[in-house]
Amino acid sequence: MAINFLHPYYEIVRNYEKCIICRACERQCINEAHIYIQDKLQMVCDDAKCVNCHRCVSLCPTRALKIVRNGNTYKENVNWNGRTIDEIYRQAESGGVLLSSMGNPENYPIYFDKILLNASQVTNPSIDPLREPMETKVFLGTKPTDIERDKNGYIKNNLPPQIALSMPVMFSAMSYGSISYNAHESLARAAEELGIFYNTGEGGLHEDFYRYGKNTIVQVASGRFGVHPQYLNSGVAIEIKMGQGAKPGIGGHLPGTKIIGDISRTRMVPEGSDAISPAPHHDIYSIEDLRQLVYSLKEATDYKKPVIVKIAAVHNVAAIASGIARSGADIIAIDGFRGGTGAAPTRIRDNVGIPIELALASVDTRLRNENIRNNISIVVGGSIRSSADVVKAIALGADCTYIATSALLALGCHLCRSCHTGKCNWGIATQVPELVKRLNPNIGYKRLVNLLNAWQHEIKEMMGGMGINSIESLKGNRLMLRGVGLNEKELEILGIKHAGE
Amino acid sequence: MPNAYMHSSESKLVKTNAMIPHITRDNDNTFTQQKEGQVRIPSGCAIAGIINKSGKRMSGKAIIDSISVMRDRSNGLGGGFAAYGIYPEYKDYYALHIFYDSTSAKRECEEFLEHHFDIINLSKIPTRKMKEITDEPLIWRYFVTPLPTKLADSQLDEREFTAKCVFRVNTKINGAYVFSSGKNMGVFKAVGYPEDVGRFYKLDEYEGYCFTAHGRYPTNTPGWWGGAHPFALLDYSVVHNGEISSYDANRRAIEMYGYKCTLQTDTEVITYIIDYLHRKKGLSFNEIASVIAAPFWQTIECMSQKKQEIHKYLRVMFSAQLITGPFSILIGFEGGLMALNDRLKLRSMVVGEKEDTVYISSEEAAIRVIEPNLEKVWSPKGGQPVIIHLNGSGL
Repeated sequence: MAINFLHPYYEIVRNYEKCIICRACERQCINEAHIYIQDKLQMVCDDAKCVNCHRCVSLCPTRALKIVRNGNTYKENVNWNGRTIDEIYRQAESGGVLLSSMGNPENYPIYFDKILLNASQVTNPSIDPLREPMETKVFLGTKPTDIERDKNGYIKNNLPPQIALSMPVMFSAMSYGSISYNAHESLARAAEELGIFYNTGEGGLHEDFYRYGKNTIVQVASGRFGVHPQYLNSGVAIEIKMGQGAKPGIGGHLPGTKIIGDISRTRMVPEGSDAISPAPHHDIYSIEDLRQLVYSLKEATDYKKPVIVKIAAVHNVAAIASGIARSGADIIAIDGFRGGTGAAPTRIRDNVGIPIELALASVDTRLRNENIRNNISIVVGGSIRSSADVVKAIALGADCTYIATSALLALGCHLCRSCHTGKCNWGIATQVPELVKRLNPNIGYKRLVNLLNAWQHEIKEMMGGMGINSIESLKGNRLMLRGVGLNEKELEILGIKHAGE
Repeated sequence: MPNAYMHSSESKLVKTNAMIPHITRDNDNTFTQQKEGQVRIPSGCAIAGIINKSGKRMSGKAIIDSISVMRDRSNGLGGGFAAYGIYPEYKDYYALHIFYDSTSAKRECEEFLEHHFDIINLSKIPTRKMKEITDEPLIWRYFVTPLPTKLADSQLDEREFTAKCVFRVNTKINGAYVFSSGKNMGVFKAVGYPEDVGRFYKLDEYEGYCFTAHGRYPTNTPGWWGGAHPFALLDYSVVHNGEISSYDANRRAIEMYGYKCTLQTDTEVITYIIDYLHRKKGLSFNEIASVIAAPFWQTIECMSQKKQEIHKYLRVMFSAQLITGPFSILIGFEGGLMALNDRLKLRSMVVGEKEDTVYISSEEAAIRVIEPNLEKVWSPKGGQPVIIHLNGSGL
């Protein structure tokens, strides 16, 4: 083997006193990090193959395994840290663009963690959600400017199509192809049971899942994979994907090796050929073109479905959102720079885009200043990690949130960030049949339901503490937020006061 | 609504009011007391209201007697009254009640008024010197009607024109504050206990068909008369007991429609919501109650199909006008009164009736003191509006 200068990041530690040589680890690891040595009747490990996905750790019956950070280190250097050096080595060897998966892991500020919530004391009462109704129902869609009455004076229903959710959380777009059939089934069934929506992503909709249409948002991306009239009419809303937080300005690429069988049929792409989503939509080079696509989709669905436009949070997000709010779109989805992905160029993922908290605050403020906030609902994702993040996002001005990484974690993902290899030991981001079947949708959907039921309880507790008993009174209620350790400019953009003020 | 939009500086949550000085630093570098509008001041309160359904006018003495019973619900830092039907001789003119800090502010304001209105009558509002009420500003009253040419130029209706002029004075003319701007009605308020404020303004010498009163228990010193309640715009006046938890959601929504919340008080934002829903959106008071104290979804689900549709529509359409947290409010308007509790009824409110007169108060004692022989006494449920129209059957 040629010298590649690379030393493994992680070390598999096996406790030989506990190991019973059942070889479960060997069978579970698609990366072949565990090897059985027949001659010695012993298990050994190849650390270089380990992606730290914890499949073996979780399934070892005697808890004999753990993965630890490899203590091997270069000479310490703040400027040239180990990862930076390794990436140089890798590129020097391959000549290629570095690829990564899931959201930006770098050390940028996490504003949600620098925002604190309020609670009632003395001057008004907190409300106990176990005793009193506590409402988390949300409607998304355009609100008209004026009411109309019929000749008898009754108010006419002049609302454009609205979609109703039991709580302000939805599953964000993940395509069939990037994740497995069983992962999609888990999401669809959980959305149905929870009264929320999941999102097909750009890979079309598998014919088995049309039955979950009432809880489905169908996506139209630049590759237009699997888009046809029946598809557009199968869900409750249509999302135009203009961008993604993990890779703003970049399209997508599902390699031909994954375009097999059902995926080929669902995407309407020949088997074995790459499915390439261009960076821009080639019929949208400006805002007026977007308007035409919005109305094309509305025409195709008889104006019965709200249209969502999803963009990545970039520097000029407030102005872009303002344009989208006037484009006929009903909902804008904004994806922050921490948002996940099945594969993205590392440099893009780690260096492009802005935090969702700042993007959300500036978009909400801009739309209000222009008096067009009611034209459009705001959905934010990238990344919402807990019910507290949901509450903070709503108080900053969002109508609803998108989660994806949190949902995958509920399904067993251990955030090893190796989705782009297609060898997901948890059966999520893979199309290898023997891996896919490791994710049991009967269990998977239940775990998703559990997660969001738990979040809903927590959201209600936090709202009750603030004396708020309906989510609409939390929306944009920035007085319920205080910053800690933020500078004047950050507070100004977020539109919140500092703790103690 | 041309030119209606005022750019609110979302990012700077500290509002300043034209009439009150900015925070100043003393020589020893400590901050002086912040005043209403510079800081959000939660308050507890007492409220009371009386209305005669047949429009018979009564003296203001009764409402003073009523509110004085609830002295321990106030702390002497704000009291006030709204009185309807008190200016029959000028009923077609807007009655502007204005506080001035100085004669120069008065000059500037009057110059503005003369440019926009025909001033039919102007005078000091009569007051009584008393030791309980101190630091009074100059208090003037003007009966006005918009100048026809100005009104035509503005392309606004008369009420919108007048409301805009009120906002203009209150935000642009330093030291002038219009605290009452309706027709045939007036607000009288000050820093002090409400019964003292009533005597100060000689309220017993006015006769009206409807009165509301407010005694305030703020948690720090507002020190400014404009911060007392009722809060009023045109003929809408609001007295409110409570601290709403939806405040900033309501404020940020209503500021989109040209309103500017300079006082940071619940009462101010509630008044603007009423004005917006009633005057600008044409909702009835019943519909308004269904917006601001909306029935819970679980209640709506039990309604008839037709009612479900209406309530769902109102909740979706006006979600940002839902008010949560404790409140009991009395909303005075031309020809009527609405009383409303928050939907969980987190504040007390009692209604009493005797013949043509309806009494509403935070405490039953405040009704009994002026009418011991009530025909009916009851507590409205949370979110259940009590709407009284003159010569109508609001109850």
